[in-house]
Amino acid sequence: MRRIVVLVKLVPATERVKMDPETGTMIRAGLEMVINPLDLYAVEAAVRIREQCKEKVRITAVTMAPPAADDAVREAIAMGCTEGIHLCSKAFAGSDTWATAYTLSQAVKRLDGVDLVLCGERATDGETGQVGPMVGTMLGMPVLTYVSCIDTSDAGRIAAHRAIEGGHEIVECPLPALISVVKEINEPRLPTLSGKIAARQARVPVWGPEEIEAEPDLLGLDGSPTRVVNIYYPTLTRTGEIVSTEDEPVEVCVARLIDFLRAEGAVEGGT
Amino acid sequence: MRSDGGVWVLGEERGGAVHPVSYELLAWGRDLADKLREPLTCAILGNRVQETADTLIHHGADQVLVAANQALGTFLPDPYARILTTLVRDRRPSILLAAATTMGRTLMPILAAMLHTGLTADCTGLDVDPAERLLLQSRPAIGGNVMATIKTPHHRPQMATVRPKSRRPLPLDPGRTGNVIEHNVTSEDLASRISRLGFERDPTAEAPIQDADVIVAGGKGFQNAKRFSEVFQIAELLGAAVGASRMAVDQGWVSYAHQVGLSGKSVSPKLYLALGISGSANHLAGMSSSERIVAVNKDPEANILKVADFGIVGDLAEIVPVLLGQLRAVHKTVKRGDSDA
Repeated sequence: MRRIVVLVKLVPATERVKMDPETGTMIRAGLEMVINPLDLYAVEAAVRIREQCKEKVRITAVTMAPPAADDAVREAIAMGCTEGIHLCSKAFAGSDTWATAYTLSQAVKRLDGVDLVLCGERATDGETGQVGPMVGTMLGMPVLTYVSCIDTSDAGRIAAHRAIEGGHEIVECPLPALISVVKEINEPRLPTLSGKIAARQARVPVWGPEEIEAEPDLLGLDGSPTRVVNIYYPTLTRTGEIVSTEDEPVEVCVARLIDFLRAEGAVEGGT
Repeated sequence: MRSDGGVWVLGEERGGAVHPVSYELLAWGRDLADKLREPLTCAILGNRVQETADTLIHHGADQVLVAANQALGTFLPDPYARILTTLVRDRRPSILLAAATTMGRTLMPILAAMLHTGLTADCTGLDVDPAERLLLQSRPAIGGNVMATIKTPHHRPQMATVRPKSRRPLPLDPGRTGNVIEHNVTSEDLASRISRLGFERDPTAEAPIQDADVIVAGGKGFQNAKRFSEVFQIAELLGAAVGASRMAVDQGWVSYAHQVGLSGKSVSPKLYLALGISGSANHLAGMSSSERIVAVNKDPEANILKVADFGIVGDLAEIVPVLLGQLRAVHKTVKRGDSDA
C-alpha cells in the first residue's frame, strides 16, 4: 500500500445538534459546519491501514468545498492524514453528484500511486451515497460499498465485509479499489494535540479546473445532468379526525383513540 | 445518449426468487408509462429469473428483459453493470428506476457514471412533466425538512432510485400478457474483479419493523430515554414493533435499527402510531405510505397531524399514562372474556 486517498466533505452540523433535556427542543448550533461524521470512519480506516503496514503509507485527504472552507481536510490531518487537497473554484459551484464525482476523480487521477480510495457511505446533508461509487467507476476501480470490515494483509488485494440486507457479504478484489464505509467499521480516534498543531500548520493546496485538467463543460452546474427545479414544503392531504386536550378531557381523547384502534382491529374486544 | 422512449425498472432477485421490491417498482413505473403512453419494461438479472418473468408481467410490466445465469444469482457490480449498460445502449430507454436497496444504491451510481447521465437518490415521489415529458423526481432535501423536485433535462436515461416500501404493488392481474426477451449471457459478461467469498447471515440485521403490521414510534416529545421506554410498553400492549424518529435515535434513547425515515428504514404498516414526532419530510418519507396513521403531538400545526387519520393535540406526559391505563384495561377485559368463553 503506497497511498490512500480519503474523500471528505463539510456538512452542516446536524448530527451534533443537541437537545435541551428540559424542554425537549433542539439547541441550534447556528450554521456551524463539520466534517461529515461518516467520513471520520473513512479517515480512521486509512490511519489503521497505515499502522498495520510495514511500508510508509501516504494518506491524502481530498475535499471539494467553498473558499476558506478546508476544515474537513484539516480535521482529517489532525486525525493522522499526511496531507490535504482543497478543490475550490467558482467553476465547481452547483455540482450535482455526477459533476462532484467527476471533479473528485480528476483530482485523484493527478495523484501518484493511489492504491485505495476511501469515503463515508453517505453524507448527512444530501444523503445520496452516490458520489463514492461514481468516483470509483470514473477511476476505473472496483467499488465496494457498505463496508464494515477490511483486511489488507494480502498484498495487492483487499478483503472486506459488506453490511447488506440480512447480513454480511464477504468479498475481495484487487487494488486499486474504492471503498465506502459504514459506522460499524471502527471507532474514530480523537485528534491528538500534535495532530491539531499539524493540521493548523499544514499548507493545504487549492486546486482548480487547471490543476485537475478538467473539461470545463463537465464542471459545476453546467456539467451537472440533474437540475433542482423546485423546492417545496410537502403538501399533506390526509384530513383525519383531530381532537385536542384543550377541548376535551385527556381520558375522553384517549378513549376516542382506543375506539379508532379498535375499529382498525389493533385492539381487541367490543365496547 | 439519445432515447427511443420507454420506462424501465430494474427488478431484483434475491435467493432465487423475485424480491417484492420489484413489484413496488412496477407500480411506480406503470404510472409513468401510462402518463407517457410508453411501454413499461422490467429488466432483471439473476439465477432463475426466467421462471418468474410472468409474475413481473402480472404486476404491471409490458415486457421483461431477462439475463439469467447461475453467476448472476448474487449481485456483483462488474457483470451487472456490463450487462445493463449493453441493454440500455442497445434499447435506449428514457427512464430507468431501481430500488434504493444496497444493490440499487451501488449499481445505479456505477451505471450513471458509465452512461454519463443524472441520478437522483431515494425518491419518494415520481411524476411526469406533461409539457416536456420529463421525469420529475422528488425527494426530501436539506436535512429532510423540505422536498426538492429534480429533473434530468438532457441526459438519458433519466435515472432514479426509489425508497422501498414507499409504494404498494399493484394488485396481481393474472390475465395480463407481455413478452419476455432473453439476453444471451456470455462469459465476457460475467467477468468480475470482485469475488464473493461468502455470506454471514445476521439475524439482527433486519429489524422486524419493516414487516410489522402495527408500529408505535416515538420522537423527541418523550424528552429522555426513561420516558421513551413508554413507547415499548405501548407497543407491547398492541403487539406492535417500535419505531423512532432520527432525533430519538441521535439522542441514544433507542438503537438505529428502529429509525424510521429517509436516514433510517421505510415502513408501510397497516397502522402507524407517531407519538411526539413532529413529522419532518425526512420522517414522512419513511412512513407516509402506511395504511392508517395515528399521531399525538402537542403542536396543532405539526406536519404529522396533517397526514394523520386520527390525531390528538396534547401533552404526551398527560396522554401516555392514560393511554397505557386504558390499553391495560382493554387487555384485562379481553382476557376475562377469553376465559369465560
